[in-house]
Amino acid sequence: MTSNTPLVAPDSAHCFHCGLPVPANFDYRVRILGAERAMCCHGCQAVAQAIVAGGLERFYEHRTTVSQRPEDLVPEQLRRLDLYDQPRLQEGFVEVDERHLKSASLILEGITCAACVWLSERHVRTVPGVVEFHVNYSTHRARVRWDDSRVRLSEILKAIAAIGYVAHPYDPGRQDSVYRRERQRALRRLAVAGLCSMQVMMLGWSLYAMDYDTSDVTDMRAFLRWVSALLTVPVVFYSAQTFFVAAWRELRQGRLGMDVPVSLAVILAFVASLWATVTHGPDVYYDSVTMFAFFLLTGRFLEMGARHGAGQAAEALVRLLPATATRLRDGDAQLVAVAELVPGDRVLIRPGETVPADGTVVDGRSSVDESLLTGESLPRARTLGDALVGGSTNVESPLEMRVDKVGDDTVVSAIVRLLDRAQAEKPRVALLADRVAGWFVGALLLVAVAVAAWWWPIDPTKAFYVTLSLLVVTCPCALSLATPVAVVAATGSLTRLGLLTTRGHALETLARATHMLFDKTGTLTRGELRLHGVRTLAPVTRERALAVAAALEQRSEHPVGRVLVAAGADGLVATDVTATPGEGIEGVIEGSRYRVGKPEYVAALSGVPVDLGEEPAATRVVLGDERGLIAVFVLRDELRADAKATLRRLRWLGVEVELLSGDAAGAVEHVAKELEVKSWRAGVSPAQKLERVRALQAQGAIVAMVGDGVNDAPVLAGANVSVAMGSGTQLAHASADMVILSERLENLATGVAAARKTRSIIRENLLWALLYNLVAVPLAAVGWITPWMASIGMSASSLVVVLNALRLKSIAR
Amino acid sequence: MSILYMLIPIAVLLIAGAIWFFVWSVRTGQFEDLEGPAYRILMDDDDPLIPPEARPPPRRPDDPGR
Repeated sequence: MTSNTPLVAPDSAHCFHCGLPVPANFDYRVRILGAERAMCCHGCQAVAQAIVAGGLERFYEHRTTVSQRPEDLVPEQLRRLDLYDQPRLQEGFVEVDERHLKSASLILEGITCAACVWLSERHVRTVPGVVEFHVNYSTHRARVRWDDSRVRLSEILKAIAAIGYVAHPYDPGRQDSVYRRERQRALRRLAVAGLCSMQVMMLGWSLYAMDYDTSDVTDMRAFLRWVSALLTVPVVFYSAQTFFVAAWRELRQGRLGMDVPVSLAVILAFVASLWATVTHGPDVYYDSVTMFAFFLLTGRFLEMGARHGAGQAAEALVRLLPATATRLRDGDAQLVAVAELVPGDRVLIRPGETVPADGTVVDGRSSVDESLLTGESLPRARTLGDALVGGSTNVESPLEMRVDKVGDDTVVSAIVRLLDRAQAEKPRVALLADRVAGWFVGALLLVAVAVAAWWWPIDPTKAFYVTLSLLVVTCPCALSLATPVAVVAATGSLTRLGLLTTRGHALETLARATHMLFDKTGTLTRGELRLHGVRTLAPVTRERALAVAAALEQRSEHPVGRVLVAAGADGLVATDVTATPGEGIEGVIEGSRYRVGKPEYVAALSGVPVDLGEEPAATRVVLGDERGLIAVFVLRDELRADAKATLRRLRWLGVEVELLSGDAAGAVEHVAKELEVKSWRAGVSPAQKLERVRALQAQGAIVAMVGDGVNDAPVLAGANVSVAMGSGTQLAHASADMVILSERLENLATGVAAARKTRSIIRENLLWALLYNLVAVPLAAVGWITPWMASIGMSASSLVVVLNALRLKSIAR
Repeated sequence: MSILYMLIPIAVLLIAGAIWFFVWSVRTGQFEDLEGPAYRILMDDDDPLIPPEARPPPRRPDDPGR
């Protein structure tokens, strides 16, 4: 392992732990694996030190990607974890077993590769009192069991936080156990079909050989057939049951889907074989029945895995609202569970905390980041009497809020309800294979009846066998494999590109998409502010201006401030610093008084009026002193580098592109112009976005939606096919059919091209399956097909379909 | 050939055993995580058994031994 995997080690300009650039003025170092490694922030340094101290350095040798930058956990936040020790809060997610050991399920954030699993398991198991800690790499869930008399849950959570992961308990609830049962049932069915089909194949081989044996083998043949029948029974009555149930459902709805011919083939081939076994008839098809069931169950199992993965992401929704809040009562601040809040309560929200419920500001002045809920990219100023939305983040200074609405009445709950409804009403685009199958089954049944009617007057016994061989030889194996193998091959190669498909229909629908709607913030743009330019208005250097601004903003939590701090060199120290939330910061550096912030606020210091002109889609921060303005910093949420090329390629592919954003009109228009997008809508709410999608769908369009935020979730669920950004919220992931994990937007265009190629391969496969049947049916109808011919024909036609689908493996290149 | 009359039923019993064994492993959660164990095996899990004072000095990255 060590010799052939290169160390995932960013160069010295990037953080060894998380791979982000190291700011020029920082000098955090940790000795790892025999060398001094640069760290980008205090958080990374603390985590790396904890890892080294725990003797788990080898994590850095094993990992295959850089780690996630740890959230800076201040003592305040660590103290909040203590709340999880309260018995009342634990009721929701902790189980106690007969030995008085407690156990809980945790969602782990920050797991990026398998080495993270190793690291966290090893680290947590060293905590005294932890009896068991097991991480599931596929689902990023952990199961912890501990002895409450020796260690408390909060200590375990802190141990996890120390190595850079965020763990929060959750209630596995009903959904999880439903998934678990479904998965286990599917695995059992698969195992029964797989093991039995291997045995039946082996016996089938002897049976075929016996056809050419001249000695008397009647008894042995009968024996082998009975054993085959015995082994086929569990496959038909247990494994294939799922097809029968689905077929019955289809028939009741008056549709002929893929499950109907599958069930028909399985049942008829089995009954015919059984009949032949009892009456010593000529042919048995046990091997075909079992193999067929095994192939199809394998495809369905893979599909189910992808679907569950998507569904589980929805659980992470609990993270949106915090578990705890600081309630103010009679002047006392007291940590309580959010569930205990009632309207009328007063709540203190410190900077960096999440607003626990909907309410009104009663004291304080700050800016609040609502980007998750509205798509608005910059924090908004909130002061006395303004409304606060649960789930948004307080950025600057403490706020006191009166709770107005809790639980189901909150805006977040409303979005979730909208999402549920959109998911339930999602228009289904009829899949090609389903349509072909309906037509095929109808035709097949007609031909079978005609053949039976033709042979009946000639020879009644022969009529039975000919009809049966017809039904078996046309066994829709190739037809039903045509779509799944192509989809599995294409999704496999797209996943390697970083475009994850979570629902089976996504590719086919994407291929037919006529409109593609984009969210702006976080989707077309990076979703974070960057320093775009500096204009100096006084005789100072750019560097000096940035250094002064950085010194003033040193303690600021506002995103603008963070950008300036990262951009400026340190060395200057500001004293006498006062911040006016929503306006700016004032302070003294080297004897002169400076202000940084909004133009009006800064100009007030010198009394010199400002006129900066218009500059849409940009945030301007001004630096000034008592004599006038010094510099203008232009910050922008920059477009992704590949956004323009991607949209151009999409248009070239014939897809209509449209922009739907919750952001202000100016910013959206600017982006639209830069991307050469003609149609755009600004300031739209989640419900309006959904309406727009519905309107397009009503005109017959097949709509694809690309987004990232909570506010996009309902529209993602309502579009025919939807794509979420990998950096987006869990809720967006859960409601999307595909996820761009690589953060490269251009994969979207590749995805559309790949989807179209997949569709044409599926068409070729279906065509081939039909052609094969067109040849086989007449031959079977005149009674020329023997079982071994039917077997070879079936296998060969399936093989051609599979090989054709494998061409999609090279799609990415 | 008559030995087959005994061997094949034995094979069927073995299959039944194999199915039971698989069902047992599914029930005990061994198929919950199909990705993790593949990596887990690559990570040495035995070094904490060596007491810290008896551990060899840390090797250097330029050590030709790796």
